[in-house]
Amino acid sequence: MSENIKFVQGNEACAEAAVYAGLSFYAGYPITPSSEITEYLASRLPQIGAKFMQMEDEISSLCAIIGASLTGCKVMTATSGPGFSLMQEALGYAIMAEIPCVIVNVQRGGPSTGLPTHGSQGDVNQARWGTHGDHAIIALTASNHQDIFALTVEAFNLAEIYRTPVILLLDEVVAHMRERLVIPQPGEVPLVERLKTSVKEGVDYHPYLPREDGRLPMSDFGGVHRFNVTGLFHDMWGFPSSEPRAVHGLLRHLVDKIDNRVNQLARYKEYYIEDAKHLLVSYGSSARSARHIVEKRRSRGERLGLLELQTLWPFPHEIVREKCAAAQSVIVVEQNMGQVLQSVKLAVDEPDKVFLANRIDGVFIMPSDILNILRLIQGKGV
Amino acid sequence: MALKAYLRERFFPHLWCPGCGHGMVLNGLLRAIEKMGFSRNEIVMVSGIGCSSRITGYVDFHTLHTIHGRALAFATGVKMARPELNLIVPMGDGDALAIGGNHFIHAARRNIDITAIVMNNRIYGMTGGQFSPLSGENVRATTAPYLTIDPGFDVVELSKAAGATFVARTTTYHIKQMTDIIQQAILHEGFSVVEIFSQCPTYFGRKNKVGDAVDMIAYYKQNTTPIGSKAKKENPNLIERGIFVQQDKPEYCNQYEQLVQKAMEGR
Repeated sequence: MSENIKFVQGNEACAEAAVYAGLSFYAGYPITPSSEITEYLASRLPQIGAKFMQMEDEISSLCAIIGASLTGCKVMTATSGPGFSLMQEALGYAIMAEIPCVIVNVQRGGPSTGLPTHGSQGDVNQARWGTHGDHAIIALTASNHQDIFALTVEAFNLAEIYRTPVILLLDEVVAHMRERLVIPQPGEVPLVERLKTSVKEGVDYHPYLPREDGRLPMSDFGGVHRFNVTGLFHDMWGFPSSEPRAVHGLLRHLVDKIDNRVNQLARYKEYYIEDAKHLLVSYGSSARSARHIVEKRRSRGERLGLLELQTLWPFPHEIVREKCAAAQSVIVVEQNMGQVLQSVKLAVDEPDKVFLANRIDGVFIMPSDILNILRLIQGKGV
Repeated sequence: MALKAYLRERFFPHLWCPGCGHGMVLNGLLRAIEKMGFSRNEIVMVSGIGCSSRITGYVDFHTLHTIHGRALAFATGVKMARPELNLIVPMGDGDALAIGGNHFIHAARRNIDITAIVMNNRIYGMTGGQFSPLSGENVRATTAPYLTIDPGFDVVELSKAAGATFVARTTTYHIKQMTDIIQQAILHEGFSVVEIFSQCPTYFGRKNKVGDAVDMIAYYKQNTTPIGSKAKKENPNLIERGIFVQQDKPEYCNQYEQLVQKAMEGR
């Protein structure tokens, strides 16, 4: 079969991947730099009989897809920082009510309106702790279009497996950049479909009673099982409960189903880590510059390596600890004031050997920026 | 189907205060559904946060108890995904028209086939008696110790202006009219708004010294009148009740189906 090769923006790669994954309901609101996802799907989804809605704001966009997910649809919305801020309450609802959905945040400079058309990776911690209360979250990221495609499909799969919202943290640089994308053949990438309950009509169905493997089979709204969905703490039927055992049990379940599977959820790439004296840890568009410098220095015999993270939350602390163990220094490369740096410092045995190479001025971090930090660490001066 | 079959009886007695009008709205709503003979699986009831929103817990439909003000946005997603389902969205006055005002006008503008019921008690009950955008002026509330200076919305005028194709008003006193109006609202294809005056003797009543629940219901009887009645001409201060708007206009989900046809044919 001939390969389906496209030359597209990262945003289009994400939208195309969502369709590949089985997206059947999308709702969104225009915002730079994510609008191309919404525009692309406005055109594409009606062609395949799927639903597209432009809502009145980002709050209603997330609410609408949660509603649609309950009827059995695979759903997604896309936004950027300000819109992501507006979505935080509904995000918490989706976590609490265990509703599969994918939320794309194409990051731009913040806080507030910030830098709408410039890149940033400033929402890493917001993805983790933006909504109130204790909770766990899955957040993925990617540095190139092929990976955006793969991780978008992965986001849909994980949302179904864990019955949870999954956040895809892209950034303005990869989202607007154009590069080659090979679209996999149908069936080439495994897709996880909604796990439906096998409980028959008339038999008591427990929408919030996990199976032994921790998964919760669902029943679609409109189907034979009627149950309640709420953002309140609830029992196994979905009815509100403030009974201490029910509250404790549910919160533990919501957190443990994700945080106990850190290693299973970890997606990352590694380049020359084994003998690396200086190890770069990066993700998203920053990882492109990091990889460039690693390849260049390797060709001169310098022992540089790169650990490119694709799962940011739950943070793969054991893997990071292990990969960083032998390196003399670890340099976290990111476009914020050190959000992943903090997690890396917590993960490694010697936090003092972890340094930050960053830019926070809206300008894409260049290989030379990383090199300057490296030279300082090596005592060579800039 | 017997009325009781629509109830989740194990959750009774309900959490509403003695004398609250919301139980009467539940009564009127279920009688309307019973008359139409809907099966329980055909109805999705979506609510937000507040006293009114707890109604979803008591009915044996597909029930979605969401976040404050956003019930119509969730309902829009359910309806668009499964247009054959009947969406009923009971909301309080603050839920529907303060925090949820934006979703309210946009759902009306789209004319999506959802039945919105505004259970208007002119107060935030769940949080203890603060004024709402439907309280109107000169009302006493915990956040208006010197009386409100905020003018209130007129739900009927607002809904009409926003594009709702079915707009009605009734009260808990007029329970038969309520049942009839809700029935017509559910049958109407398009966005329907039913405003129901529902007494809150605990907060609105006590704070404003308007008597107990019976006095408040009697007030609805004495101060409302059928649309265009002779009484209204004689006393313009009376509030009209009945169906103000009932018109056929393209419904959103149907429009979307046509859009899909167009897209599939490559037009």
